[in-house]
Amino acid sequence: MNFNLSEEQNQIRDSIARFVQENYAFDQRNAVVALEHGFSAKHWQQFAELGWLSIPFAEEHGGFGGGPVDTMVIMQEFGRGLVAEPYLATVLLFGSLLQAGGSEALQGEYIPAIISGELQGAFAYLERQSRYAMTDITTSAKSTDDKWLINGEKTVVLNGGAAQKLIVAARSAGGQSDAAGITLFLIDAASAGVERTTYRMTDGHEAANIRFNDVEAEAVIGKLGEGYALMDAIVDAARLATSANALGVMETLNAQTLDYCKTREQFGVAIGSFQALQHRMVDMFGACENVKSLLYRAVCAAQDNTDDARRSLLALKVMTGRAGRLIGGEAIQLHGGMGMTDELSVGFYVKRLMIINTLFGDADYHQRLFATLVNEPVASNSTSKSKAA
Amino acid sequence: MHTRLSDKDLAFQQEARHFLAENWDAELASTCSNWKTMKEGMLEWQKRLHKRGWMAPHWPVEHGGTDWTVTQSFVYNSERAAAGAPEAIAFGVTMVASVIIAYGNDEQKEKFLPRILESKDWWCQGYSEPGAGSDLASLKMRADREGDEYVLNGSKIWTTYAQYADWIFCLVRTDSSGRKQEGITFLLIDMKSPGVTVRPINTIDGFHHLNEVFFDNVRVPVQNRIGEEGKGWTYAKSLLVQERLSIAEVTDSKRGLAQLREQARREVNGGLCLLEDPLFAKRLTDIEIDLMALEFTELRALASIAEGKEPGPESSLLKLQGTEIQQAIQELRMDVVAYYSGALQGDLTAAQLGHEYADAAQKHYFRGRASSIYGGSNEVQKNITAKYVLGL
Repeated sequence: MNFNLSEEQNQIRDSIARFVQENYAFDQRNAVVALEHGFSAKHWQQFAELGWLSIPFAEEHGGFGGGPVDTMVIMQEFGRGLVAEPYLATVLLFGSLLQAGGSEALQGEYIPAIISGELQGAFAYLERQSRYAMTDITTSAKSTDDKWLINGEKTVVLNGGAAQKLIVAARSAGGQSDAAGITLFLIDAASAGVERTTYRMTDGHEAANIRFNDVEAEAVIGKLGEGYALMDAIVDAARLATSANALGVMETLNAQTLDYCKTREQFGVAIGSFQALQHRMVDMFGACENVKSLLYRAVCAAQDNTDDARRSLLALKVMTGRAGRLIGGEAIQLHGGMGMTDELSVGFYVKRLMIINTLFGDADYHQRLFATLVNEPVASNSTSKSKAA
Repeated sequence: MHTRLSDKDLAFQQEARHFLAENWDAELASTCSNWKTMKEGMLEWQKRLHKRGWMAPHWPVEHGGTDWTVTQSFVYNSERAAAGAPEAIAFGVTMVASVIIAYGNDEQKEKFLPRILESKDWWCQGYSEPGAGSDLASLKMRADREGDEYVLNGSKIWTTYAQYADWIFCLVRTDSSGRKQEGITFLLIDMKSPGVTVRPINTIDGFHHLNEVFFDNVRVPVQNRIGEEGKGWTYAKSLLVQERLSIAEVTDSKRGLAQLREQARREVNGGLCLLEDPLFAKRLTDIEIDLMALEFTELRALASIAEGKEPGPESSLLKLQGTEIQQAIQELRMDVVAYYSGALQGDLTAAQLGHEYADAAQKHYFRGRASSIYGGSNEVQKNITAKYVLGL
């Protein structure tokens, strides 16, 4: 048992920290987010040159063969600097789905293109009515003349504006909320019939609603009708990654707030000398440590694929959402009027926490899944159980 | 980064399980859980631990401890809590013994340590006073030097199990001239000394565990002083850190939570199992998620210690969060037993009363209120974290 990073992991962390220090000061970040698609293509090339885009991919495709701990390190550092480049969308979602379900030929063609920074991707799985239920899919896939034609609309597709390729969850069989019958399709974003409406999220990232009108799919990813299991596993890994991202955000917010309270003077003294404020900062510190502890727990369990993996991951997602609300709210409150302005970075960090809470399901959604997992089976003498059955 | 146990640790886990299965039986559990027979039960349990050589695992081997690694201690503690077995009463083997080992002289080690191992002496702790609670250093009980003796006058309060104790370790004031932390001395006092009286304090939980201890011209030989005169605060402080770590009771809360879930599973409200009630499920899982986090906060601290490093700043949260979780479990347990949480069982059996947890639920709740007060109140813990961890 140990919670230390390896030599290589420390090097990755240090190199990202250096990048953030040189390229992600407050004004620099504002300039990056103002660019088309909300990120810097130059930074993305730098990521490629530094090898960060290769980390989760297998060595046979030019990857680094990294695991959950490596991803955690990267995403946590990105969180500290509020890095806006679409690592989650292109590498962790699109790239990982391709690696998990793409044919050898597809992997051989596209994974090296992701690693070199040439290919941007996105994963389109949400719809207007679906909220957090990833099985709620009406976008249809019909097979005609050896081709798959996709019809419907996907919403809040992260990096959906910049993506050249999309992986789309569509229904090839089954009812609207069935897990069975969901198939993942690779689609070229420039195909005829693809209509994109882009917009920004509060954290500066670009998202898109994408309509598919008789769009011909390029390939099936994974097995026909079995796309849900594939996406569920990749989304689980992304839940871990975004929680690590949130931890980096929380650490920065706590440090900034602490610093502000030590220097801001009212009534002739630093406001950090007031006990009412001190206790709130202890609560913020505690919330952040809770996220770190559950992150380490979930990452270790995922790495070793233990019985505790699912339970730990759900607990982590709940804690990340709740701690994010607490830390975010307190950070603004303790900064007083300045916390309300766009002149400090505090608000931007808080917005990122709010977005992360909603990604792949919020705290309440995950707590319900958690409760179902840990409370099963409920009592045999419960009549509601038998009614439901 | 990983949390795998080595083969050696897994073998040790089996050994611990085997020992607990053989030695912690239902009869002993029942004797220990009734406060009227608690003392004899605990003495028997401690004898069984001593026979196995596990009475004082954290002591140096030369004094009768074990060579367990930090991981092994964690494994043992997890197994112990899962079996529902208690730790040895802490005042002797954990608290005063740590001070004697670290700061006592050879004569004191030879005199007191073997008797603690064999449970021949029952110890209690004399720190708090009526006027010195959270502000412990303002304590006033006087110890005036007269030849080879100290003469003690004053009183100690909240003294757990003083009614059973053979010895008490006290912080006393030998000098009032300097800073209040200076002039405090650490003394070991025989409870049979003339002038010592114990007054029971009735508490809201219906157990008798707290007392006030009065000292009226009690004479204590200078040989019973630990270390130097006036350095008692330093010695006691090292103990407080340890106390704050141990009262997180993570493994015991895990067992408490598992029991709570089983109790809730048997409760049905108008056809709906309590576990299916979304409001109840929310509260239960809130606690479980907090506890899962705390478990790893503790592991992180243990992993640091295992590498010979100081535990990280996160360890300052263990007492605070651990007691909040304990109290949340106790509260929910009261709610599980519904109106029975107000019933006093007295001499009735659970069958006569109508519920097996009625009595325990409210007793644990009321007793548990103490955990956010003792060992430095939770508000004091926040002050300490703000000052020493956050630098405020």
